[in-house]
Amino acid sequence: MNAVRIFFIGGYLAYRALFNWIHWSMYVPTMLGGPIFQILFFAYIGRFAGLQSDEFFVIGNAVAISSLGGIFGMAMTIGGERWTQTLSSILVTPANRLALFLGRALPNLVNGVIVSTVGFIFGWLLLDFSLTAAEIPVIALIVVVTSFSCTAFGTMIGAFGLRGRDIFFFANLMIFVFLLFCGVNIPIDTLPDWMQAVSKVLPLTHGIDAARQVADGASLGDVSGLVWTELGIGLFYAVLAYALLRLFEVEGRRRASLETI
Amino acid sequence: MRHAFRLFWTGWIFNLKNLTLSGFFMLNAAILPIFYATIAYYMFRAGTRSGSLLYVSLGAGMMGIWSSVLFGSGGLIQWQRWQGTLEYVIGAPTRLIFVLLPMTIATASIGLYSLATTLAWGWLIFGLPLDLVHPVWFVIALPAAIFALGLLGLVLASTFVLLRNANSLSNLLEYPVWLVTGLLVALSLLPGWTRPISYVLAPTWGIRGMREAALGGDPAIPVAICLGLGLVYLVIGHFTLGYFEVRARRSATLALR
Repeated sequence: MNAVRIFFIGGYLAYRALFNWIHWSMYVPTMLGGPIFQILFFAYIGRFAGLQSDEFFVIGNAVAISSLGGIFGMAMTIGGERWTQTLSSILVTPANRLALFLGRALPNLVNGVIVSTVGFIFGWLLLDFSLTAAEIPVIALIVVVTSFSCTAFGTMIGAFGLRGRDIFFFANLMIFVFLLFCGVNIPIDTLPDWMQAVSKVLPLTHGIDAARQVADGASLGDVSGLVWTELGIGLFYAVLAYALLRLFEVEGRRRASLETI
Repeated sequence: MRHAFRLFWTGWIFNLKNLTLSGFFMLNAAILPIFYATIAYYMFRAGTRSGSLLYVSLGAGMMGIWSSVLFGSGGLIQWQRWQGTLEYVIGAPTRLIFVLLPMTIATASIGLYSLATTLAWGWLIFGLPLDLVHPVWFVIALPAAIFALGLLGLVLASTFVLLRNANSLSNLLEYPVWLVTGLLVALSLLPGWTRPISYVLAPTWGIRGMREAALGGDPAIPVAICLGLGLVYLVIGHFTLGYFEVRARRSATLALR
C-alpha cells in the first residue's frame, strides 16, 4: 500500500516540485510549439526532396516527439533532485525504489502522450494527413507504448545523472540520434546496414513502423509483433535503468558523491 | 574610433573563447549540425530530387549558426543577469551597445564551427566535393552572413530580455526560422504569406549568398541585402537596447530575475 502511495502521490508531488517552473507560457512554446514546427519542417523537406507523403512525416515525428517528455523529463527529474539537493533526502528513506522511480516516470510518460497527441492534431490540421476513426485508438495505444519505452530509456539516461554531470548534453544528443536512426524521417531500409542494426535496439523504431502500418490500413493484430517488440525494448531499458539507479545509489553512498554537482 | 575597434576585438575574442569552453554551445555548434546534415543527406538521397550534397551541407551549417545566435544572443542579457555581471556591463563608461555587440557577433561566429564540421563531415564520410564556383565571393558571403546574424542577435538580445519566458521563445523559434528562411527547403514551396517573413530575416540572404557563391549564380545581390539587413538590425538594436537600459534603471530591476 505504501509503495502504491509513493508511486502515485510521490510521483505527482515530485513532478509538481521539480517542474514548478513550467508555466503554460513556457510549456506551450517549448513542448507543443517547437515539436509542431518540427513536424512541419521535416514534412516540407520531404516534399522538397520528393521523399514520402506528409503522412510519413506526421506519423514519424508525432510519435517521435513523445520521446521529448520521456528523455528530457527523466533527465531533468533525476538531475533536478541532485540540483535541488533533495536526492540524499530521498535516498536515505526506506521507500521502495521501484515505486519511487517509476512514480517519477509516470508524469513524464503522460506528458509524452500529450505532446504526441497535439502533434497528430496539428499534423491533421496543417498537412495532408488524416486517420479514420477506427485507426485512432490503435495509434493511441502505440503512442502510449512508445512513450513508455522512451521514458524507460530516459530513466536510464537519468540514472547516469547520479554519477555524471552533464546529463542534459547527452539527453539532447539522444533526441537527434533517434531522429537519425529510428526511421522518423528517413525510411529505415535506405540507411546503411549498421544503422539499421542500431535502429532495431532503440525505442521508437518499432512503434513508428507500427503506427505507419496502421495508418495504411493494418489492424492491431497485424502490427502486434511490432508493438510487443517496442514494449519489450521499453521493459529492457526499464530494467537496465533500475539496475543502474541502484548501482549508482550504492556507489554514490560509498563515494559520498550523491550531491556533488 | 580606435577605442571602439579595440573594444570590439577584445570582446569578440574573449567571448569566442568563452563560448568555445561551453559544452552546450559546442554541442549546438559542432555536433548537432552533423546530425542535421546527415538526416538531410539521407532524406535527399532517398528522395526523387537529386539534391546537391554541398547545398545540404551549407544549409545544415547555417542551421547551426542560427541555433547559436538564437540561444546565445537571445539569452545573453538574461545570462549576464544570472551571473551577476549585468550591473558591470551597464555601469561601464562604454556605451552598452559597444559591449554587447562583440558578444552577439561572437555567438554568430561560433556558428563557423557548424559550417566547418558539416563540410568536413560531408567531405570525409560522403565524399562531398569542396569545389566552390566563386571562392572569393564565398569568402565575402560567409563573414557577411555571420555579421548580419550577429546583428540580428543584438535585436534578439535586447527584445527577449523584455519577455518573461525568453528561453521558451528560443525553443519555439528554432525550427520555424530554419523552415521559413529556406535553409533546406525552397522558399517557393512555402505558402505565399511566409515570403515577407523570409525576406526580413538575414539567414535567407546569408544562405542564398553562400549557395550562389558555392554552386554558381550571382551572390552580389544577396550578400548586399544581407549586409543591408544587418545595418537595419543595428539601428533597431540600438533603440531597443536603449529602451531596455532606461527601463531597467528607472524601475531598478537590473539585477532582478
